[in-house]
Amino acid sequence: MDNIIPYKIQALSIIGSLIFLALIARLIIKGKLREEYSIVWIVCTLFLVLFAVWRNGLDIIAKALGVYYAPSLIFLFGFFAIIIFLVHLSVVNSKQQKNITELSQELALLKKKLDKKDEAD
Amino acid sequence: MKLAIIIPCYNEEANIKKVVDECNLLSIPNVEVETIVVNDCSTDNSLEILKKEKINHLNLPVNLGIGGAVQTGFKYAYRNGFDMAVQLDGDGQHPPQEISKLITPILQNELDVVIGSRFIEKKGFQSTKGRRWGIRILEHWCFFLTRIRIKDITSGFRLLNRKALAIVENEYPDAYPEPETIVLYGLNNLRIGEVPVEMRARDGGKSSIKNGQSLYYMVKVALGMFFMMVKLKRYG
Repeated sequence: MDNIIPYKIQALSIIGSLIFLALIARLIIKGKLREEYSIVWIVCTLFLVLFAVWRNGLDIIAKALGVYYAPSLIFLFGFFAIIIFLVHLSVVNSKQQKNITELSQELALLKKKLDKKDEAD
Repeated sequence: MKLAIIIPCYNEEANIKKVVDECNLLSIPNVEVETIVVNDCSTDNSLEILKKEKINHLNLPVNLGIGGAVQTGFKYAYRNGFDMAVQLDGDGQHPPQEISKLITPILQNELDVVIGSRFIEKKGFQSTKGRRWGIRILEHWCFFLTRIRIKDITSGFRLLNRKALAIVENEYPDAYPEPETIVLYGLNNLRIGEVPVEMRARDGGKSSIKNGQSLYYMVKVALGMFFMMVKLKRYG
């Protein structure tokens, strides 16, 4: 009985992470996810698959790091990864904002130039 | 000498024509003046008014905020060979005839950036008490960071010569840019000074800073000034 439930959940998590991997792959193929972000996501999914297959992995790593309650390690890494990724998104966002500003300014200036030319003609 | 009067305009349908008309009345000996309104994607009838009245204007396709709008004007001035440009708010706070006071130190080549200050002679509209306190704190903060003392540090009424235009063409903060740009000018070794001007209370439109946002404004601006300083000191 002890072994049945973990295997069920293991199968579930393997399937889940494989579906996730397929989803990411599909997004990349369709060009909906830029490659610079896709790497982050592929690495993330590979981690999910790895720990889904290697069931004792978490316990082993937790022991090696001296963590008594293994699942807390998941939260630690999880939060850490999410925060880093959020900062990364803010950086991307700021860069885009800057690009938009420059593009709109150039557009306004170009339109003005065109209007002036039209008036002169 | 050519001077551009840059008027950022965001929802100023009530005032914009009046302000532009006043600018067009301005005459300064030996200076050719061009007024240019930068419409920052207004949602009211500002653009229609600008078109109907055939007012010289730039039209931004998306709303960039005051910093982005003013910078567009500066870019226009720089690329079209103007010798100097002055920012004048579209809400009627900055009386155009005061520009002649700002222009003297530039024409005599004493300063690169001239700021119209309410607080030197303490005439005209003086803002509210709370805001004056905020401005004073920023004044000290700026002095601490750059050793430059500007009393009316949030004044948007400023005249820049071509040397200063070359700098803002490349870099300009987006939101609430005034105090940050003082740091920008100062650390680029521009000569900055103030001349007393009389401002008016705005007669239409709204301040870009609402009351509840004052604290946010102070923190954002103080941090912005600090990071501007670090950036310029480290990377030039």
